[in-house]
Amino acid sequence: MKTKVKHEVRIRGLNFQQLIFALQKFWADAGCILQQPYDIEVGAGTMHPETFLRVLGPDPYRVAYVQPSRRPADGRYGENPNRLYKHTQLQVILKPSPADSQDLYLASLRTIGIDLKAHDVRFEEDNWESPTLGAWGMGWQVLLDGQEITQFTYFQQCGGVDLEPVSVELTYGLERIATILQGVESVFDLRWTNDHTYSQVRLGEEEQFSAYSFELADIASTRQMFELNERAAHQLLKSYPWKDNDAKRRFPVLAAYDLCLKCSHLFNLMDARGAISTTERAALIGRVRQIATRIAECYIDQSASRAAECAEALEKGSA
Amino acid sequence: MKKTADFLFEIGCEEIPAGMIAKACEEFKVILEKYLSTAGLLVEESVEVWGAPRRIVGMCKALRLKQEDSEHEVTGPPKSVAYDNVGQPTRAAVSFADKQGVPVSKLFVVNTPRGEYLAAKLVTRGRPTEAILPEILPHAVAEISWPRSMCWTTRDGMRFIRPIRWLVALLDGKPLKLELAGVRAGRESVGHRFLGKSRIPIKGVDRYEASLRKNFVLVRPEARQKKIQSELAKLAAGRGLRIHDDPLLANLVVYLNEYPTAIMGEFDPSYLELPDEILITVMRDHQKYFALHTRDGRMAPSFLAVINLDRDLKGLIRAGHERVLRARFADAKFFWQSDQKCRLADFLPKLSQVTYESRLGSYGDKVERMRQIARWFAEQWFAAAIPQASSASADRAAELAKCDLVTEMVKEFPELQGIVGGLYAEAQGEPEDVFRAVYDHYRPAGLDDKVPRNLTGCAVALADKLDALVGCIASGLLPTGSSDPFGLRRAALGVVKIILERKLPVSLSAAVSAGAKALSTNNPKIHVKPATEKQILDFILERARFVMRERLGFAYDEVNAALAAGSDDLVDAVRRMEALKAIRRTKNFEPLAVSFKRIRKIIEKAGPPENWRLPAVRVELFTEDAERKLHSAASAVAQKATSEKRAGKYREALQAIAELRPAVDRFFTDVLVMAEDEQVRRNRLTLLAELLKEFSTIADFSEIAAEEKS
Repeated sequence: MKTKVKHEVRIRGLNFQQLIFALQKFWADAGCILQQPYDIEVGAGTMHPETFLRVLGPDPYRVAYVQPSRRPADGRYGENPNRLYKHTQLQVILKPSPADSQDLYLASLRTIGIDLKAHDVRFEEDNWESPTLGAWGMGWQVLLDGQEITQFTYFQQCGGVDLEPVSVELTYGLERIATILQGVESVFDLRWTNDHTYSQVRLGEEEQFSAYSFELADIASTRQMFELNERAAHQLLKSYPWKDNDAKRRFPVLAAYDLCLKCSHLFNLMDARGAISTTERAALIGRVRQIATRIAECYIDQSASRAAECAEALEKGSA
Repeated sequence: MKKTADFLFEIGCEEIPAGMIAKACEEFKVILEKYLSTAGLLVEESVEVWGAPRRIVGMCKALRLKQEDSEHEVTGPPKSVAYDNVGQPTRAAVSFADKQGVPVSKLFVVNTPRGEYLAAKLVTRGRPTEAILPEILPHAVAEISWPRSMCWTTRDGMRFIRPIRWLVALLDGKPLKLELAGVRAGRESVGHRFLGKSRIPIKGVDRYEASLRKNFVLVRPEARQKKIQSELAKLAAGRGLRIHDDPLLANLVVYLNEYPTAIMGEFDPSYLELPDEILITVMRDHQKYFALHTRDGRMAPSFLAVINLDRDLKGLIRAGHERVLRARFADAKFFWQSDQKCRLADFLPKLSQVTYESRLGSYGDKVERMRQIARWFAEQWFAAAIPQASSASADRAAELAKCDLVTEMVKEFPELQGIVGGLYAEAQGEPEDVFRAVYDHYRPAGLDDKVPRNLTGCAVALADKLDALVGCIASGLLPTGSSDPFGLRRAALGVVKIILERKLPVSLSAAVSAGAKALSTNNPKIHVKPATEKQILDFILERARFVMRERLGFAYDEVNAALAAGSDDLVDAVRRMEALKAIRRTKNFEPLAVSFKRIRKIIEKAGPPENWRLPAVRVELFTEDAERKLHSAASAVAQKATSEKRAGKYREALQAIAELRPAVDRFFTDVLVMAEDEQVRRNRLTLLAELLKEFSTIADFSEIAAEEKS
């Protein structure tokens, strides 16, 4: 009886990329812009500017994207069936949060083949926080038969700024969901396509980056790179033209944010390398957060002045 | 026409954190009762509040449909001004009547302390309940307190623990006109997320529970608890297994599910080689599973989970939970093995990198202080002829106590701190005395927790807690109000519990000084002022008083009396308290206590002792027989009491003292203390002062509150 069940799942379960297609289609149909992964190392989908910056300010926005997320300390040389240096998130932002966000989310689980009457799906308290980004929210981890598959958060603050309106952030852990759908024990046994396993596609990357993060990353130069990026970010942000509207429009807040992301990743790398004491940890996190909050301020000011210009232009047009 | 009707108010939410629901329900019941009774709507029925993950519901079977009319009097102008000399109402009277909306003929005169005044009787018509409830309910909901609340639309919108998505508000079966957080109240509730209907018409209180049950929501917590308990018991019994007792988890699962069902799963018996503590913690904390024991007390390779469905339809849920547990155990096993690639003590250098508190240095520093204090305790006890006391063991256990903080296992399962260190120490061949001490040194975690099992454990636990108390209070981190981020109240409680339950000879003031010395001789080398030491001592004594009253059952005045006579040795203080409690109801005792109180008052009134106190009582200055008798009785009793006290027989000593009563009574009947003659007066005062001092070493009788004579 038990083997029959497993067999059934194995036949029906979507392969890894079909899972991504299905979720992207679902959220595109729900009115989301489909974005692409950010092209800088990030630790989570939240760090993509499509989340970090878009949740700031008043404009409604809906976006979904896949985000490969690098966590140097979580690497296990491809030897642990559940831990990865880089895992894949699917991130959804719904701004403002709709009243039916939970129902929408559950409908997305149905579309990927999860029978909600045959699985134990629950929303268990889990308040999410990212001290490096000055961001936190309240919500749940969604558990499927005891396995955490999604972080579901009502975003309260980002870059130290109270959010108005409140966005919903959904972060699917795609490998975990896929292992359940495909009924396999190890992420490395997942079918990426019907012909290729996850291991064939990614194992080498896990091995190499684990070795790099734990053994070979040069501590002194990593620290130097952190400091260079930090300095560059501060220098750039210092030049933000608070008064001149024309100069504001072109001001590269996005570039400053890229530098901030670099810092965050380099910090994670030093941490994995064991180069940071607990005391220093808090201080370094504070330094990255300082850049992030500064960026949030500039971004909000820049968007507000752009909105004011648009309104002005509109008025002139109608007159 | 009926006067009362049922009232039902359901707040429908997205999943409320399970640990908060029961408390919120208790609070909401009090809040609703307050509002409803203030509005005069409650009859006799009280309010009942139930909670489930997605709803909090308040109900009352009989609420007045309308407030009662109320009458009250308004006074107007004085009678002298209100009527002219022929008794006709003046303009003042007319305008008063107009203002109150009553005819002049209905006005009447009342007598007040200020004279006669005109008055009117006003009737306030009671308002209908359906108009009042929509006004008070939003306030009542907003008054529920949560550890942290959230917004889900805009900043100026409502704050609550999770978004409110529906409201049912029915009075007499009819929906109230009520809107809250942008949600309009209606008559439709919502069933179980996956098994029930999403719209369930509710008629009223009576059929509410049944309607929801039909839709797979057991709204009454007791109903869920009953279902869970009986299913868990049945599954365990079916295998001849016993459920690992865990009341907190049992309570938590009641609030994690709207329709709980128990299922059983298995795991690979090879994981049983991991210590039970780790297996149980993995199951409980991460997965909310109940662990199972075999009849002979060993762990069984099975677990019980509570799911939020009516059954495991296709067996997928069990398979899923088993898979998750397998991965968790594999991680734990990996940590267990990799942590032990080196010895526990090898983690010591890493502790210097972990901050304990910014002002108090690293855990490495703390360990050095703990070692010094733990050794001190062991030496004290050794000197007090306790043979198990070993300074070397205490030192070793204190050295290892915090090492597990930097192990992978404790990083993964912080709640296992201490326990993991103890298990590693055991596995690595440390002596039992030491590994048990490491294992136990966070104990007691609270009022109901056990104290460390062995003496070395007590030394390390006391050292850990004292260091926290001395360090934090010396750094100005004394807890205020309900905030106690460093757990100092718990630490002080722990100190008291360990000393009392293990009956340890400890001089509290010396222990605090030992802690202060450790803080000044080790990093961060903070000097602790005598005034601060006193503050620390008082902080610990405050907890001691609490334990003595609430835990040991002594009366307020017994605790005060015994501690006033000496509080440095808590075990001794409790023995004196016991004697006092035993003897206070005997014939002579409380009257004697009254007399002692009188003596104290007389002496206090007499002013500074240097003005009257003689070097000793002078027999030749006695003028009355009664004072002579008292003096000789006191000498005799003192001798007897002192020898009893020396033998530790406090009760007998107190009994001896109580025998003084006739002499004291007679003294107060026959003798005027404040005699005219100065020398006689001073001699009498001195006699009383000596009496008070001599007989207050077991308990300060003047603290005893004598029972009122009825």
